[in-house]
Amino acid sequence: MTLDRFPWWLGAALATLTVAVLVGAPAVRLISEAGALPWSELTQNPWLTRVLRFSLIQAALSTVLAIAVAIPVATALHHERRFAGRHALITLFGLSLVLPSIAAVFGLIAIWGSAGWINQLLTASNTSLRIPVLYGLFGILLAHVFFNAPLMTRVMLQALDRIPNNEWRLAAQLGLPASTRFRRLEWPVIARLLPGLATLVFTLCFTSFAVVLALGGGPRATTLEVAIYQALRFDFDLPLAVALAMVQLVVCLTLTLMGGLFGKGNDTGLGLAGDDAHHQAWPQWHPHTQRSASHRWMDRTLILTMAALVVPPIVALTASGFNPKMPTVLTDSTTLSALLNTLFAAFSAAAITLILALCLLSGVRHLHVRFAQARTGNLLQMVGNAILVLPPVVLGTGLFLLLRDHVNVFSLALVLVILVNALMGLPFALRLLAGPVLDGAAARDRLANSIGMPRWTRWRYVDLPLLRRPIAQATAVSATLAAGDLGAIALFGSEGMQTLPLLLHTRLGSHRLDEAATTASLLVTTCLMIYLITVRLIGGKTESTS
Amino acid sequence: MSLQLDQVTISLGTRQWCFDADLGQHGVYALLGASGSGKSTLLNVVGGYINQGSGHVLWAGEKLDALAPHERPVTTLFQSDNLFAHMSVADNIALGLDPRLRLDTDQRAAVEEVLKRVGLSGFNKRKPASLSGGERQRVGLARCLLRARPILLLDEPFGALDGRTRADTLALTRELITHHSPCVLMVTHDEDDATAIGADRMRVQDGKLHTDLPAYRRAQSNNQ
Repeated sequence: MTLDRFPWWLGAALATLTVAVLVGAPAVRLISEAGALPWSELTQNPWLTRVLRFSLIQAALSTVLAIAVAIPVATALHHERRFAGRHALITLFGLSLVLPSIAAVFGLIAIWGSAGWINQLLTASNTSLRIPVLYGLFGILLAHVFFNAPLMTRVMLQALDRIPNNEWRLAAQLGLPASTRFRRLEWPVIARLLPGLATLVFTLCFTSFAVVLALGGGPRATTLEVAIYQALRFDFDLPLAVALAMVQLVVCLTLTLMGGLFGKGNDTGLGLAGDDAHHQAWPQWHPHTQRSASHRWMDRTLILTMAALVVPPIVALTASGFNPKMPTVLTDSTTLSALLNTLFAAFSAAAITLILALCLLSGVRHLHVRFAQARTGNLLQMVGNAILVLPPVVLGTGLFLLLRDHVNVFSLALVLVILVNALMGLPFALRLLAGPVLDGAAARDRLANSIGMPRWTRWRYVDLPLLRRPIAQATAVSATLAAGDLGAIALFGSEGMQTLPLLLHTRLGSHRLDEAATTASLLVTTCLMIYLITVRLIGGKTESTS
Repeated sequence: MSLQLDQVTISLGTRQWCFDADLGQHGVYALLGASGSGKSTLLNVVGGYINQGSGHVLWAGEKLDALAPHERPVTTLFQSDNLFAHMSVADNIALGLDPRLRLDTDQRAAVEEVLKRVGLSGFNKRKPASLSGGERQRVGLARCLLRARPILLLDEPFGALDGRTRADTLALTRELITHHSPCVLMVTHDEDDATAIGADRMRVQDGKLHTDLPAYRRAQSNNQ
């Protein structure tokens, strides 16, 4: 049979090899350079310990704050099924992952900054109250909560909505009061998610680059990721960069292992997997319908507060783009070339991500279905998560070390950015595609084989229709992430080679706020367009979902 | 004191029912009828899980219509999922006494007592997942007992059990009914279940509730 002679392992092997070369070679180079460093001296270095301590503390605080915000808001949203704008709000929460962080930082500055909307309101109302200076720990925490609380809320809400109806029926029959319902029904569901979710958010905050670069800096508020960048790009202190990258690598490895440990059995799904938010009203008998008026008002207040945190920066981001500088900025050749670079990098990275993901998964599928080697299959799938151990700036440092003796690294900027971004999108693409590729694969294989369906027919009529929408989703997410990424381009970019995120960072840094505003709007619009157009073009028309 | 359905009309989608009956205070009824005929709908309207379009459900002359499920003089044993999966057997039963699970010594003793009565002494700490289907339903019955509501609704509670377990559980149910004499409505597909708990037959057909005594008498004479 053709299927048996087909080298099923070829795609997966090539993908693994690609990832191994792209990640392994820089990592090995990094480790070998690090081995030559005077570590006893470095561990005494107050700068390094201070940076490490700040990275850990800000990540821990951000995680705790995001959890503290997400739990009450998720339960409130779970209770309140019917209010205007609920759907939009939840969709917005899902966007925070693909919203370019540097653009979001601009939105936060427009609201919370010294000349932001809040301070303008405070001035207008003649109070002496002012928002504390955004730069430093306060700003970093605010931005991290802005990004991660909505993400967590969404994941928790999905879990809460999956509490089986019969449990609520029992709760109604027994008249469990709200506090007991929380403790016995809602809290256990949330608690099960927390270890995995907290590890994820801690990792995201620990490796956060754009936020800290824009809002932190200085010796008091720098994370490892930003310190590596500064050592490499400003101080040309390679040994320091290597030492920092090594520390970062060790922490990330620990976190990834922890994530693997905690993530078992509960897929946090990153809140990406489509929109399965429920909007039908709870039935009349339901305990949520029978809540007391004060309880309802508390829930509504919580939701409004959260909306007040999330919505204004996004509005500011869009609105402040329209300013007197807009025509000049939009026709400016720097902006236009940055736009083209962004689009090119985004789609190239997404294409590579998609090919790698599908190759890996086809190998995983064969291992699962034909050889019943689920464990080996899962290990193979882990290959795609390599980037989680080597965050972009660390990977970039490794690539830099590897290539600098042979070529002018900065002349390869765009290629390197594309490769790093392709690897960054891979964990997301794998998460989105793994389910559709693997679920029911055994049954489909059996059926296709029993009627002797040729490979191409099978792909055309069986696999593609099933995978089309997930493929569109995966491509759209990878492309959007790549378009908004600042890490790789900050490391390799230059005056002559910019993307929109880098341009926005430069303009923010030189306090050209009007130009920055238009650039931020352009960046967000670009990301949105990339997302929508990719989903529509590849995914086809959305059928009315049943 | 009696359970009355006073021209209770329900419409779900294109389907309509009108129930009108006086079921007495200690009546024990088996609700028969084809799948989808609306047997469970009747239970749901008495239990407070759906709202009727018009008419009233009355207990002792009081209208129950506006009451939430837990405020009604009703306790329901569903076909499955009567227990919270993550809570112990004892806690699941204790919920019947205090939804906040703050039990005093007497109440704790009552939980022990009722566990013994359903034949599950020593199961206190077990989780529902480690029980058989029959044992789970007995835990559910135990909680119904502790709640001691005058109306007991049984929604195919033995449908998923195999022969032997089913017979045991039915016998236990019958004993409990004799002891507490609540007003019982049991949905079932199986005439034998009805006989086993000594129930009068009723039938839901064409959107109406029919008392079906001849069939019951026939079954009785067959048994003798």
